[in-house]
Amino acid sequence: MRNAFADELTALGNDDSRLVMLSGDIGNKLFDKFRAAHPERFINCGVAEQNMTGVAAGLAMSGMRPITYTITPFCTTRCLEQIRTDAAYHDVPVTVVSVGAGLAYAGLGPTHHACEDIAFLRAIPNMIVIAPGDAWEVRAALRAVMQQNKPAYIRMGKKGEPVVHKGRLDNFKIGESITIEQGSDVCLLSTGNMLPEVIETAHALKEKGVSAEVVSFHTVKPLDEKRLQDAFSRYKLVATIEEHSLIGGFGSAVAEWIVDSGIAPKKFLRFGTPDAFFKKSGEQEFAREQLELTGHQMAHRILHSLA
Amino acid sequence: MNAAYKEPDVAALKARAAQLRGTVITMCHAASSAHLGSSLSCLDVLTAAYWHVLNIDPANPTDPDRDRFILSKGHAAMALYATLANRGYFPVEELKTYNQDNGRLAEHPPANLLPGVEAATGSLGHGLPIGIGMAVAGRIQKRSYKVYALLSDGENNEGSVWEAAMFASAQKLDNLCVIVDYNKWQATARSNETLMLAPLADKWRAFGWDAHEIDGHDVGELARKMQALPNGSGKPVALIAHTVKGKGVSFMEDDNNWHYRAPTADEVVKAHKELGLV
Repeated sequence: MRNAFADELTALGNDDSRLVMLSGDIGNKLFDKFRAAHPERFINCGVAEQNMTGVAAGLAMSGMRPITYTITPFCTTRCLEQIRTDAAYHDVPVTVVSVGAGLAYAGLGPTHHACEDIAFLRAIPNMIVIAPGDAWEVRAALRAVMQQNKPAYIRMGKKGEPVVHKGRLDNFKIGESITIEQGSDVCLLSTGNMLPEVIETAHALKEKGVSAEVVSFHTVKPLDEKRLQDAFSRYKLVATIEEHSLIGGFGSAVAEWIVDSGIAPKKFLRFGTPDAFFKKSGEQEFAREQLELTGHQMAHRILHSLA
Repeated sequence: MNAAYKEPDVAALKARAAQLRGTVITMCHAASSAHLGSSLSCLDVLTAAYWHVLNIDPANPTDPDRDRFILSKGHAAMALYATLANRGYFPVEELKTYNQDNGRLAEHPPANLLPGVEAATGSLGHGLPIGIGMAVAGRIQKRSYKVYALLSDGENNEGSVWEAAMFASAQKLDNLCVIVDYNKWQATARSNETLMLAPLADKWRAFGWDAHEIDGHDVGELARKMQALPNGSGKPVALIAHTVKGKGVSFMEDDNNWHYRAPTADEVVKAHKELGLV
């Protein structure tokens, strides 16, 4: 996702002279092409994320299209008040792009984990919250965000993750989820970098005779209510899957929607991280396994629920 | 759009500042709101800015070439409202709605609601980074506007101020000027007994700014110093403005009770007499 972001950013920056890239002292080599082409529009803001976010708001108030970028906790929770008060309250198009969402940087420890950011950011008025499912969704989300005028958050995983889509997503729309695989028994709503894992879940279910619809629910706010309506009416089980806390994330957003819309779900499962810090060393795959978030583990739980 | 240097009309500025102080005292009494002392201490800065320094047109408040003034110490909103109304951004009559139900004039300046308010402030430590963003945008867009941010001394407690200070000097933003309203009090205590600000000008200097200590009630000096931007130093400018909280009214000066207290009707009359308004 990370490299696709840098590549798309450079292309967008060539076409749009309002785009300003603000980096929190990270990924300088990653942005070499952008920097070389637009030196006045690339600013390394140092390890000072509150200032970086406030500067972004001031730029956006003055007609520019700034992007703030660093590792997830540092450009979200570290400077949450600047996102809320400077960007969202003024309703200006600051785009926060984070890398290493969820447990993507599991090995770096809980200081670098981010399993609360969706909860915080989706509670802020005016904010758009997008968690792309693969590199193509990152590119499309960035383009879509640049074509509107609201503050937005794009939550990325890391580099080298499996690519799900076959190519450029020309019909990508903020708030409109994408069907990845069609199925008739259960519906798996995935947000963010869990998408490849969810495809594995569907394949594991298929081996057991359960047909699963896989949806990349890339936008957590605003919710694709039409899709939710359809999913809860058509399938005997609906699951939300995210690498984020079960408190306040995508699954919570869907649960809130269920209560508010008055529907009675047949079966509804939420997959996410628990209300605990993950302190053990080890990489993302290990963390997912420990937290029962691998494709096969999730399939097992779904089968158990259907039994 | 840069106006040529002009000498300030000190007598007119002084009269304007006295009038604004009277207005703010009336507003505070009517609304029973806090922050009168903080509003009185910065009114000479606002007067010099809005009646001499800023290149602005109240009829065109979003002109992309306008100078920007950010009241980063948003709790002095009364001072800003009185200034903007008297400068023509909205009717003076509307000042009567300050802090009333269903109005535009809340106790801290709102976002996207009132002409002339450049940024919604009230949470300290936000105005300078926003101002820096505006200054950087001006540089990218090759516009010659200037950006001013008025900070309180207590606001210098915020780490974000110092993040911003280091960033602005590294970026050599010489179209940017900070004015610190150094009245030596914060909400509940003496500033230097709370967090050690002194030596404040040296701190700004050490952070790469061209810092000057000035009398924050000398409207002529304020006007001259603020107007001289860029000043040739190649650095952002910090004016450490020594002020008195509650300035202009003998029984309010340097008395921190007036951070939260509102004056009675009798006190309003006494204050207006001292200001030469009745």
